Amino acid sequence: MDDGKSTLIGRLLYEARAVFDDQFRALESDSRKFGTQGNRLDFALLVDGLQAEREQGITIDVAYRYFATAARRFIVADAPGHEQYTRNMATGASTAGLAIILVDARKGLLPQTHRHTRIVAMMGIEHVLLAVNKMDLVGYRQEVYDAVVDAYAPFAVACGIGSVRPMPISALEGDNLTAPSPSMPWYDGPTVMRYLETVDVSRPPSVGPFRMPVQWVNRPGAEFRGFAGRVSAGAVHPGDRVRVVPSGVETRVRAIVAWDGDRPRAEAGESITVTLGDEVDVSRGDVLAAADAPPEVADQFEARLLWMGSHPMIPGRPYLLKSHAKEVRASVTSIKHRVDVGTDARLASRTLTLNEIGVVTLSTAQPIPFEPYAVSRTLGGFILIDPFTFETVGAGLIDFALRRASNVHWQAVEVSRAGRAGMKHQHPCCVWFTGLSGAGKSTIASRLEQQLYAAGRHTYLLDGDNVRHGLNRDLGFTEADRAENIRRVAEVARLMVDAGLIVLVAFISPFRAERRLARGLFAEGEFIEVHVDTSLEECERRDTKGLYAKARRGELPNFTGIDSPYEAPDAPEVRLVTSGLSPDACATHVFDRLP
Amino acid sequence: MAFDVLESESIEILREGVAAAERPVLMYSIGKDSSVLLHLARKAFHPAPLPFPLLHVDTTWKFREMYAHRERMVRESGARLIVHRNEAGLAAGVNPFTHGSSYYTDVMKTEALRQALDAHGFDVIFGGARRDEEASRAKERVCSFRSEGHRWDPKAQRPELWAIYNLRIRRGESIRVFPLSNWTELDIWRYIERESIPIVPLYFAAERPVVERAGTLLMVDDERFPLAPGEEPQRRVVRFRTLGCYPLSGAIESRATTLAEIVAETSAASASERQGRLIDLDQPASMEKKKREGYF
Repeated sequence: MDDGKSTLIGRLLYEARAVFDDQFRALESDSRKFGTQGNRLDFALLVDGLQAEREQGITIDVAYRYFATAARRFIVADAPGHEQYTRNMATGASTAGLAIILVDARKGLLPQTHRHTRIVAMMGIEHVLLAVNKMDLVGYRQEVYDAVVDAYAPFAVACGIGSVRPMPISALEGDNLTAPSPSMPWYDGPTVMRYLETVDVSRPPSVGPFRMPVQWVNRPGAEFRGFAGRVSAGAVHPGDRVRVVPSGVETRVRAIVAWDGDRPRAEAGESITVTLGDEVDVSRGDVLAAADAPPEVADQFEARLLWMGSHPMIPGRPYLLKSHAKEVRASVTSIKHRVDVGTDARLASRTLTLNEIGVVTLSTAQPIPFEPYAVSRTLGGFILIDPFTFETVGAGLIDFALRRASNVHWQAVEVSRAGRAGMKHQHPCCVWFTGLSGAGKSTIASRLEQQLYAAGRHTYLLDGDNVRHGLNRDLGFTEADRAENIRRVAEVARLMVDAGLIVLVAFISPFRAERRLARGLFAEGEFIEVHVDTSLEECERRDTKGLYAKARRGELPNFTGIDSPYEAPDAPEVRLVTSGLSPDACATHVFDRLP
Repeated sequence: MAFDVLESESIEILREGVAAAERPVLMYSIGKDSSVLLHLARKAFHPAPLPFPLLHVDTTWKFREMYAHRERMVRESGARLIVHRNEAGLAAGVNPFTHGSSYYTDVMKTEALRQALDAHGFDVIFGGARRDEEASRAKERVCSFRSEGHRWDPKAQRPELWAIYNLRIRRGESIRVFPLSNWTELDIWRYIERESIPIVPLYFAAERPVVERAGTLLMVDDERFPLAPGEEPQRRVVRFRTLGCYPLSGAIESRATTLAEIVAETSAASASERQGRLIDLDQPASMEKKKREGYF
């Protein structure tokens, strides 16, 4: 912020001869028109590209600049420093290998210095060049410089910055940029350019286990199936054993296919296409990884989240999460705390607003392959996208998984009934209520479903009303039709149990044979027969639907208990004698018997 | 080494764009950047054929050698080529000589591009623009969102972190994708040399008929060039650093006839490549203004 950042960059470009004559002439004319340096060249104008910025005299977005020396090629991400542009700074930092933090020698460390350093540390930049600028305005005095450095170094270390290189400079005068400053003979370290040319910022690691997120399945015809992506870590060779994550399937790399012939090896940073030894299922968003060291898979995380949306982040609201090529629905389940990047204070917060950073727990709709951001920017960084406007509203860094889908990547599992049940964290079963018409089956089943729902279980209630009107509307009340009615209901219940649900069936089901048939469809312990044992007298006394009266008048033939028998169960799992008990108490009694 | 990083990054961007697109297209302007982009696309999707057509927005005022090169590259790459011209503009006789470069560019390039994109419903549009070309380009995203009507709002760009690109759009909106964002002019030349990428011969020095106007050397490429009374084209040894419409592309005097000589000349150059581009200079901040309106 007014600390000479654009001036420094413009000056570096100029010194590296990345400014052409015509651009220089434009700079001269712009300096007269917009310049803030009197009659001198305003190097900041080389950098502040957009019209609005020239007019306001500040940098409002990240601008990328390029220059090269004999030793190295540089990309400069020029990021704004004002607090309302924290997101732009994080954007610039996300791809950087080194950060230059400017401090005005007259002012020393400011809150923004702390804020910038914390963002730089959070985004994983290991190298910081602390440029103590405007030394010309403090008479090039060493004690001013030393005071700034002594204050900064321990702070940066505490933030987790691996290497801090301080330098006294004047961007305006060019001191210590490319040549040692004659005004500061007491400084015997490297110049800015010399340091930039030599600092070791090698990334990403080509050692460590192989990782390649699959971006695109290359399938021009039936005879070729390749998987295209950019290696994010390690190296790969034909014949290497690899695992598809998250499915866990293991196979071998057959070839690394390139335009000018197959290749013997590829390493981190390279975009490649591989073919695999087996016909395995691999999709965009999967990760190919070293078979014996695959990344973890999980669906709940703790992450640091920087909010970039104009509307606040609300826990529970759905977003799209994109990490490498994987896109999945996600929501923030809770905000542990918000972080004040100026002071590092932890603050309680129920939302995050623009430019705020919080530590959150995050839940994804499906398990995703990941690595902590500290290990891999590729597998640990993500963005959140608003599912309605499609704006990018958040940027996050995964720190660790809260619940691991631990076995998923070791063994390929087909989706089984156990898997489906496991995802719902419950034991699926069929609770079969039998009893006379008016005994209270539907009422108790409905109360039981409410209790299960409140406990977070996934349920479904099948009763005469929702089955008779649809699936079974072709059936009447003859004995054959009643048997068929029960058979169909039992089959539907079986499918739902297979899907992982707790299914409640409330049917008179008067015949033992049909109930036995139903029980036979389920595994041991999955069928819970509940006899709602209310006497005929009591049912007939209640007669809430007036059916007994009709049956007595002969208007309802084959009515159970009147002119059709009810065969009471001999050994039900639960027998409810309802008189004197509330429906809720009956339901609780059943709830306690469930597996 | 630096090339391998640049190449891999560009290929990653091309693949992301294609994976997200329903109707992708590559803007092919026949110049050196387009040539590199086409080459990278062939590498990115090998052995599959190009998963998108090439779109050439044709003003009818390109150099004759550019049209010949276009046909050659289409033949060699097997790509499908779509050529679009603003027929209304042609019928109205809009040309760079009588209408001025600003109005001409607006009608024959910007408007023509919008017409072509609308007619085909392209949602992901690859272009060969580089951030080092011009100040407003330096702030543009790799994947740059365009609202309905193809407008660019520099203040409402989607943040772009790491290599995670948000290509989600609604119907009518589009994304311009610039895989060469991080390349410099010198990178382009060195890569062309390393990969032996075919380019239009106008980039190499040769004796050509030119006239000098306001300090700019213009090539008299066909009989449509209106010569002033008494004006005679001179034969001078020149080449082009950028190619566009011939009446708007300034030549430079040069003896560079090989790629190695072009590389040497470019690294020692004291003028930027856009110096010869007349459309950038016709009004202040002209590129930013054109881009807001839908120009590439």
